[in-house]
Amino acid sequence: MPSYTFKLNGENIKVDAPADMPLLWVLRDLLGVTGPKYGCGVGVCRACTCHVNGSAVQVCMLTAADVVGKRVTTIEGLAADGDLHPVQEAWLEEDVAQCGFCQPGQIMQAAALLNSNRNPSDADIDQIMNVCRCGTYCRIRKAIKSAASTM
Amino acid sequence: MPADATQDAVISQDAVSEGTASVGPLTRRRFLTYVVAAPVLTVAASSVIAPGTAHAVVPSPPQPGDLVDLGDVILAVTKQNQDLFVLEVTPENRVVFRVPRAEVGQGITTAAAIMVAEEIDARLVDVDVPLEDARQDLGTAQSTGGSSSVRSLWDPVRSIAAEARARLVTAAAERWDVPADSLTTRDTAVWAPDGRSATYGSLTEAAAQVDEPAVSTDPKSASEYRLIGTATTRIDARSIVTGAAKYALDVDVEGALPTVVIRPPTLKGKVQAYDASAALNMPGVVAVTELPSGVAVSAKTFGQALKAGSAVEVTWGAGTVDGVSDEDIESRLTAAIPPMTPAPPLTQKLDATFSFAFVNHAPMEVGSAVADVQSDSATVWVASKSPNGAQSAVANAVGLSVDQVTLHVMRAGGSFGRRIYHEPAVEAARVSKAIGHPVKLMWTRNDDMRHGRVRPRSHHQLRAVHLAGEVLSYEHRASCVELDLGSGTGQALIDAGYVSPTIGAAFFNISQVCPYNFGVVTESLNEVSYDMPTATWRSVYSAQARTAEEILVDEIAKALGKNPVEMRRTFLKTDKARAVLDKVASEGNWGRAMLPGTAQGVALHGEYRSIAACLVEIDCRGSNPRVTKAVMALDVGLQVNPSGVRAQAMGAVIDGISTVLLAGNHLDNGAFKEGSFSDFKYARQADAPLTCDVHLVGGTGEPGGVGELSVPAAAGAVANAYARATGKKPRNFPINF
Repeated sequence: MPSYTFKLNGENIKVDAPADMPLLWVLRDLLGVTGPKYGCGVGVCRACTCHVNGSAVQVCMLTAADVVGKRVTTIEGLAADGDLHPVQEAWLEEDVAQCGFCQPGQIMQAAALLNSNRNPSDADIDQIMNVCRCGTYCRIRKAIKSAASTM
Repeated sequence: MPADATQDAVISQDAVSEGTASVGPLTRRRFLTYVVAAPVLTVAASSVIAPGTAHAVVPSPPQPGDLVDLGDVILAVTKQNQDLFVLEVTPENRVVFRVPRAEVGQGITTAAAIMVAEEIDARLVDVDVPLEDARQDLGTAQSTGGSSSVRSLWDPVRSIAAEARARLVTAAAERWDVPADSLTTRDTAVWAPDGRSATYGSLTEAAAQVDEPAVSTDPKSASEYRLIGTATTRIDARSIVTGAAKYALDVDVEGALPTVVIRPPTLKGKVQAYDASAALNMPGVVAVTELPSGVAVSAKTFGQALKAGSAVEVTWGAGTVDGVSDEDIESRLTAAIPPMTPAPPLTQKLDATFSFAFVNHAPMEVGSAVADVQSDSATVWVASKSPNGAQSAVANAVGLSVDQVTLHVMRAGGSFGRRIYHEPAVEAARVSKAIGHPVKLMWTRNDDMRHGRVRPRSHHQLRAVHLAGEVLSYEHRASCVELDLGSGTGQALIDAGYVSPTIGAAFFNISQVCPYNFGVVTESLNEVSYDMPTATWRSVYSAQARTAEEILVDEIAKALGKNPVEMRRTFLKTDKARAVLDKVASEGNWGRAMLPGTAQGVALHGEYRSIAACLVEIDCRGSNPRVTKAVMALDVGLQVNPSGVRAQAMGAVIDGISTVLLAGNHLDNGAFKEGSFSDFKYARQADAPLTCDVHLVGGTGEPGGVGELSVPAAAGAVANAYARATGKKPRNFPINF
């Protein structure tokens, strides 16, 4: 079984994994990182959204080989030194979550959006495709704008 | 000493009988609180029948749903003489209330913690609200449904917390040798006038020995509330935003093997034969197990199990609805509608026919469970709204007695009705038993979409007869694919005697109330039987039936030359309804000038002792109609957590948008076509309103139900806005199907 090295939430790791195994299962089943959620396995619900080198990706659509030598950040790694990321803070402030299952993906998507666009418009926010079945979209929108104002 | 806490659970039998063929023995319940023998303070409540306290609610208007709703039924059949609700104060100064409900995102753990903290005078952070394991002795008192959780916990939880507080105060008074009534409580401690304090944890052993509380055990009056009624962020919000919150598949059970099930091409098809030799030779694969529902593949990772699954060759037998498609069902549903009452001479009538597609629940967390079955015991981790039903089902499936099965209730990644059922727990237990290994079993999204449960397809014929500006009669004849009401809600209805002519029809009767003075009102449901997986979907029949009615109300308004708000104001039965309507009309700037192709729409719905109105604005100028703005007003009685109430209303707006405009499931030759969120078009950010304001009005009295309340109001408002923007009459849902 091939082995792969990458940086996961700030730490260099090496993992032996089947070459074709989706990164989602490498993270969850081999590395015990359960923040990224399975919601569809085909990149459409986006509950598994993480960052690779700061950009939002669906880890159900990647393999470990795709991230060799790169920085992978899951929801567990978003807070730095114990301080919540401004997006996480905004999520608490707006009481965004309901069941919470999609929220790691939503937060990672929002954080990546704000990485590349510090002042997203409504049209920019509309581009977010992450599904929230509880329907927290309006609070997500408010939280993104609130986080944007504090970053 | 026993808190005289009574539940608003009864009901004039005579009045109920008017519209219900079979009515069971509904009796008013109350709760007794008492101390459980334990080293630390442990207070419990049980329900008792209170002889002589049964009294009727004013039986007007005489539609069954006004007099008894599902929440009442659940309260009324709550088992007697059990430690239904238990609160413990630990030496570590934790106040622990084991919540006999599912947390599916509706916020019941936060609401329960608020109620406990309020009454016992604890800091919210000192209250723990773990989900109770399955307990057979709780019966339907452990079911989650009918938007009844806050209503049913309200009296007993406040009572046990008030009882505990009184005993802690008494213990402190004895310790300090001061009058008990000189002491106060706050911040999880008892305080003396001289500034001394003792934490509850330091008093709990002594409090357990108190014979008789020296201060009142009555719950607080509303004027004393400091937490109840204050918007509070979910108590689990931080664990959610950091990824720490654990769902069933996140539980680290040593050696649990990831398992998926290869399922048939059509609904409920059976395995005839299979060849797993190729799959068994694939990396990581540990075992292949035949199940009644398919063929399970267990491997070291889900990645390997999923890959090997596609290598299992299965010969499938027939399913239960092979060859049946939507149009076949639609024609049977149409045929099941009885003839409408002819309109009298000289009157005018308005007819409308509606149909609603099947809709999957599609919670974000797919069906999943972890099970470890041994020869003489089993442990299961599953998100279940009917945990003791799940426990029984697991026990039956693996040949154990129920007391040999421990079932831990996990937080759910959404439910919307889906988790009344627990197929994944049973499948996981069967596989675990067969392979002698713990397993974590997951349905794929395809499994959930194609073999999960659905809101039944329904058909509605409506007729309003009017003359000279008055509505003389209103008739609603509905038919739907038979709804499987399940082990929680269904059992509650059966226990209360609601079985005629079908449980579903009885449910329809008690849930359907026309909020308008439309003269002679007739509403009925005929169910058409198909052997397919259905389940209650948020708001159950009201989501379709009341939506259809709200659309007709707009059409009646047009016929009478009134605008939709004016029409509703004139015909609504109650001032409470008019108040929420007026609120959305004023806050939403009803009647403002709108561009062609855009419009406002309004609707309302009352149920669960609560009422909601919704006003939306829609933009239909592009290819995809977009609801751009939503304003809601709710009167849900006392709000335990206004933030949670608002969240439920906002989510209902998204359900309304989704089910009216976008999301449904096609049945095609015995199988559902949709397989994921790519073709099941539940609303995303670009479909959601840019603003959604929820106004809470009223706010006094006892809490009403909230969870499902707003769906019909939102769906009706979206449909009505669409009609006004496009000039088309919306009839078949979802509109873009």
